[in-house]
Amino acid sequence: MLKLHPNYGFNTLAVHSGSAPDPSTGARTFPIYQTAAYVFDDADHAASLYNLQSPGFIYSRLANPTVAALEEKLATLEGGRGGTATSSGHAAEIIALFPLMAPGMEVIVADKLYGGTINLMGKSFQKFGWKAIFVDTEDPESFQSAITDKTRAIFIENLANPGGIVTDLEEIVKIANGAGVPLIVDNTLATPFLSQPLEWGADIVVHSTTKYLSGQGNALGGIVIDSGNFPWLGNQKYPSLSSPSAEYNGLIFSETFGDLAYTMYNHAVSLRDLGCTQSPMNAWLTLNGVETLPLRMERHCSNGLALAEFLEKHQNVEWVSHAGLKSSPYFKLGKKYFPNGTGSLFSFGVKGGYESGIKLLESVELFSHVANLGDTRSLILHPSSTTHRQLTKDQQIASGAGPEVVRLSVGIECVEDLIADIDQALNNLR
Amino acid sequence: MPDSFIVNHDNYTDNYIRDILRSVHSIAIVGASINWKRPSNFVMKYLIQKGYRVIPVNKNSVGDQIYGRNIYPDLSSVKETVDMVDIFRPSKEAPQLAENSILIGAKVFWMQLELRNDRAAKIAEDAGVKVVMNRCPKIEYARLFGELGWSGFNTGVISVKKRRT
Ligand SMILES: Cc1ncc(COP(=O)(O)O)c(C=O)c1O
Repeated sequence: MLKLHPNYGFNTLAVHSGSAPDPSTGARTFPIYQTAAYVFDDADHAASLYNLQSPGFIYSRLANPTVAALEEKLATLEGGRGGTATSSGHAAEIIALFPLMAPGMEVIVADKLYGGTINLMGKSFQKFGWKAIFVDTEDPESFQSAITDKTRAIFIENLANPGGIVTDLEEIVKIANGAGVPLIVDNTLATPFLSQPLEWGADIVVHSTTKYLSGQGNALGGIVIDSGNFPWLGNQKYPSLSSPSAEYNGLIFSETFGDLAYTMYNHAVSLRDLGCTQSPMNAWLTLNGVETLPLRMERHCSNGLALAEFLEKHQNVEWVSHAGLKSSPYFKLGKKYFPNGTGSLFSFGVKGGYESGIKLLESVELFSHVANLGDTRSLILHPSSTTHRQLTKDQQIASGAGPEVVRLSVGIECVEDLIADIDQALNNLR
Repeated sequence: MPDSFIVNHDNYTDNYIRDILRSVHSIAIVGASINWKRPSNFVMKYLIQKGYRVIPVNKNSVGDQIYGRNIYPDLSSVKETVDMVDIFRPSKEAPQLAENSILIGAKVFWMQLELRNDRAAKIAEDAGVKVVMNRCPKIEYARLFGELGWSGFNTGVISVKKRRT
């Protein structure tokens, strides 16, 4: 694991980084700064802030103390230089690309992704003139052959949807380095507790903090974390960071802010203009969630693996896709990139197809039927009757959402209760 | 030279930088620009706000002022005590500037972001002058004294104490 701090380890940093006692009151729990704006000391102070000559708060669309505490905590846990929190995981994907892209430019995108991300990048990005080129997650060669002089970034999920898939990160890092473009990794399903993509050489990490980071399914949010290592200075491909900014009096972000440039730009321009800022309340919920991340992830992982092992042996189950199972084609990659566990999101095929899938989710008593993941509660989803129901059967099968597929996000309850519940529901199928 | 003086220029400890920023009072900025949009001017304004006595040095702007401070043509012309010299000049000029800093009695020789010259560092350190390279005092001050966290940066500072405001 990346050495995150000269003196302290991951669990200590999860509790303490970013959220020191409040300097004005001493409040031990980090306060919710529920304010839209901040008083300037005087006209010169205001000018310094607007010119980016001093750090400070102007208006909460750009920065807020509670949100900043979350940004620092997560930047610390990922071993990054800085973070930009956003209103959702999707917003984080847009903000991550905003400093890099321009109309006509391309981003190479792995095809094993959260379905919403495929929609966002494949369809909505066209409205910005951004072109997403989809390639095969499992075939690094396909990334290489998609590189053109218009490529501005590569985007992948680390532990990938729809569950149980592991990307060979090192191979993709080599291709990104060779092409001179940043690699953006969505680390939502793993969290920094299980994997730190920056350690393997990725340049930018994004999260939907809605999932394991906030941890209780109570706060939408996202974050973009920058390694500070990509060479923007003088890099003609990235004029937002390497050429004078008219709106900031001709300042060049990479010259003035060095390795802080990308994160400065994301606050001073991306959030300022797109406005997809995280609310202080959601940042506060997530800040508290992250403090217990290590404990929860250990339990999520052990419960998830125990359930996968149980299901693999069940007579009413056709197959199980979980990278922690020896039968998984991703077992070796999983051990390499996720030595402490491969999370708790996985899918399995139930015997009897569509009808059985429906019956199963109606018979379970501890698994909530919701379209989310990374909650303390165990969750169940039958994609072909919900998230993927508009697709044809062939499209469903191609995207790993065939009629027999059931997806679980295993929570932190007693594992024997979860096993007993899924067992009775499976046996109930007939 | 005592062991404690050997500094790893790839990775400074927070204490090393914090001690420097706490101990110096006057800072000469070589290459300070009269153009308020330039990084050197940003740094100068910020350090003045934090209470340092900042002395601009730039041979092309003699006779001008920055934030009401007279600009000196070179370090040897400065008529005030200089605790620290911070340079915004190409790395190749650093050895000469290190020698000039020693002559005027500076205790710290600081080279800005993207600047590194190990020969200059050795010249300064052999004379007992502390050296920082490829860092910005504005960013380091903001990082170590709490303000950089305001912008979502990883400051590396872990504390359970109430920070003085
Ligand atoms: C891997 C991954 N990335 C991004 C997202 C989008 O995040 P959000 O729902 O917070 O916008 C999700 C979840 O929905 C996800 O699972």
